[in-house]
Amino acid sequence: MLKEAAKLDELVSQEYLHGFVTDVESDSVPQGLNEEVIHLISAKKEEPEFMLEWRLKAYRHWLTMSEPGWSTIHHPPIDYQAISYYSAPRSRKDGPQSLADVDPELLRTYEKLGVPLEERELLAGVAVDAVFDSVSVATTFKAKLAEMGIIFCSFSEAVLEHPELVRQYLGSVVPFTDNYFASLNSAVFSDGSFCYIPPGVHCPMELSTYFRINALNTGQFERTLIIADRDSYVSYLEGCTAPMRDENQLHAAVVELVALENARIRYATVQNWYPGDKNGKGGIYNFVTKRGECRGDNSRISWTQVETGSAITWKYPSVILKGDNSYGEFHSVALTNNFQQADTGTKMIHLGKHTRSHIVSKGISAGHGRNAYRGLVKIARTAVGARNYSQCDSLLLGDRCAAHTFPYIEVKHSSARVEHEATTSRIGEDQLFYCQSRGLSAEDAVSMIVNGFCKEVFQELPMEFAVEAQKLLGISLEGSIG
Amino acid sequence: MLEIRNLHVSVDGQPILKGLDLSVKAGEVHAIMGPNGSGKSTLAHVLAGRTGYLVTAGEVMYRSSNLLDLVAEDRARLGIFLAFQYPVEIPGVTNVYFLKAALNAQRRHNGQPELDAIDFLALIRSRLKQLDMDESLLYRSVNQGFSGGEKKRNEILQMALLEPRLALLDESDSGLDIDALKVVAGGINGLRSPERAIVLVTHYQRLLDYVVPDRVHILADGRIVRSGGRELAIELERTGYGKAADGPAMQATMP
Repeated sequence: MLKEAAKLDELVSQEYLHGFVTDVESDSVPQGLNEEVIHLISAKKEEPEFMLEWRLKAYRHWLTMSEPGWSTIHHPPIDYQAISYYSAPRSRKDGPQSLADVDPELLRTYEKLGVPLEERELLAGVAVDAVFDSVSVATTFKAKLAEMGIIFCSFSEAVLEHPELVRQYLGSVVPFTDNYFASLNSAVFSDGSFCYIPPGVHCPMELSTYFRINALNTGQFERTLIIADRDSYVSYLEGCTAPMRDENQLHAAVVELVALENARIRYATVQNWYPGDKNGKGGIYNFVTKRGECRGDNSRISWTQVETGSAITWKYPSVILKGDNSYGEFHSVALTNNFQQADTGTKMIHLGKHTRSHIVSKGISAGHGRNAYRGLVKIARTAVGARNYSQCDSLLLGDRCAAHTFPYIEVKHSSARVEHEATTSRIGEDQLFYCQSRGLSAEDAVSMIVNGFCKEVFQELPMEFAVEAQKLLGISLEGSIG
Repeated sequence: MLEIRNLHVSVDGQPILKGLDLSVKAGEVHAIMGPNGSGKSTLAHVLAGRTGYLVTAGEVMYRSSNLLDLVAEDRARLGIFLAFQYPVEIPGVTNVYFLKAALNAQRRHNGQPELDAIDFLALIRSRLKQLDMDESLLYRSVNQGFSGGEKKRNEILQMALLEPRLALLDESDSGLDIDALKVVAGGINGLRSPERAIVLVTHYQRLLDYVVPDRVHILADGRIVRSGGRELAIELERTGYGKAADGPAMQATMP
């Protein structure tokens, strides 16, 4: 076994594959946060007055708040005055008109990441709204989508081109008072994606965004808003990867989804932010607020996430089930290796009659990783006949990692049916030896066992994403068995 | 094929095997019998390469290579197969996927081309038929929700597929009803050939009614205390381990 252990050590010590830094001149705002900085951000983006006011209100509210302390995660204090709140790659005044106009250095970065936009455009139906640092630099398939009345653009563009939609829906699911990180985001958010699907339209392709953090000391404050109007359908993919960094980087994104009557939104994430080195140094702090509202009757929202990156993941994609007969789903795989910490789960808030929700959470801990599932199922007095099913499974690799499950259940109506199942298992010597005695290597065995464990969630991902997720899981677990 | 000399093995500092000798030639079927705790399963696991067993003395030669130098997967790829007493469940991994991965790992190692899905399916179907097993078994998760008998039969299916040179069967007969026992025995007999050797670890001689061994060994307190032919198993059945181990026909003890 010694030889094998040495080989595994080698694999563990592999550098983060996506760890490189692109030399693009950043147009950054000085470090620190005050009202002046917010004015500056808003001015740089040439925002209408209502946006500035909204940001300022959020900022003033944020000043009254303090960081939440209820989760299981631990980190040194974050100095919010040491962060630069705006960074945009330098571009021509009017921005790039096509890929030919895009900074070639930027395109090379995407190529290293395996996101060659030129090819992407041709590839099977994926439109990429590529976010580099904080400003969208290229949007593909936009014209094609526009023909169907679908708006898919950067958030900044939406603020300028469709202010009425932004005004109507921004903050309607995650208000600027929601929580510490959401308030901060509301004050300083730089850019993100905006998507509107008109009534009766079935979006013909998976919409996809790649996020990436790059400039030194720049917090990433993305804002995404997706609105599916009556009888519409959209599937949205979010994937990300970040370059290697020594210092911790704060990421506080907000995603809001609105599903009107009979609409359906599927939102899938494969998250692969830099997790820190094997000693836990560096890595992204990922404090994300994701929430969808099934506003109309018979609407449906599903979150699927595969979380393998970040030093810290603090994230609870939730669904407010307001419309009668609406349906919320949450499928999650969260993996923590080395010194990664994840406190993640969901909230299903049942308000409408006969609303249903389904939760499947798979937590995998390896190394010194700490993994917590935290989920709230709330059945309001108004939610006659509501149903929920939750399943939380934890898988442990090795004996230095930890898994926790914190289910919160609040039921205010006697007709509700709420089920919760939880299991914790360990990849045992038994399973490994069984596979090895059939000729499979230890790595292949672990990968097979873990992917089997996550199968229910991967089935929810679009095909090519599922393949990527499986690979990612394999890479993330390399060397976790020695 | 297999030469075990003076094998001493400890688990957690506790000596389990205390100078075991065994020689198995190609074409032979050996039965290793013994009371609970005598070290039968330990022997099977040590030969298959399970970690956690400390070999403190002795050597094991398998087809002219030193077996103890090899990790478990390499032993498997070289043709050693262990049918588990308690087959392990792997949720979410379908049996067919598992079987194909195992077969192809072995083929890759031996420089043979991997089988694609179509060829593999044809092969596994023929094996299922030989063993009178249902195809639906392929699409269930490995051993998950299998009955005791199904698990044991699934082990035999794997063995039939991988066609090992040295098959070690750890209590493959325990907990089986008579029909399942016949299927398992049929699978083992189907594998008998002049190029292969089979070692049956068993507590009861019942299986030996169907798979007739060339040699029978009694393992007690970490050593083979008596060896003989088929008749030894029958004597054992009649007198019990206590007497048989001390019996007059003692041979094959330590030199």
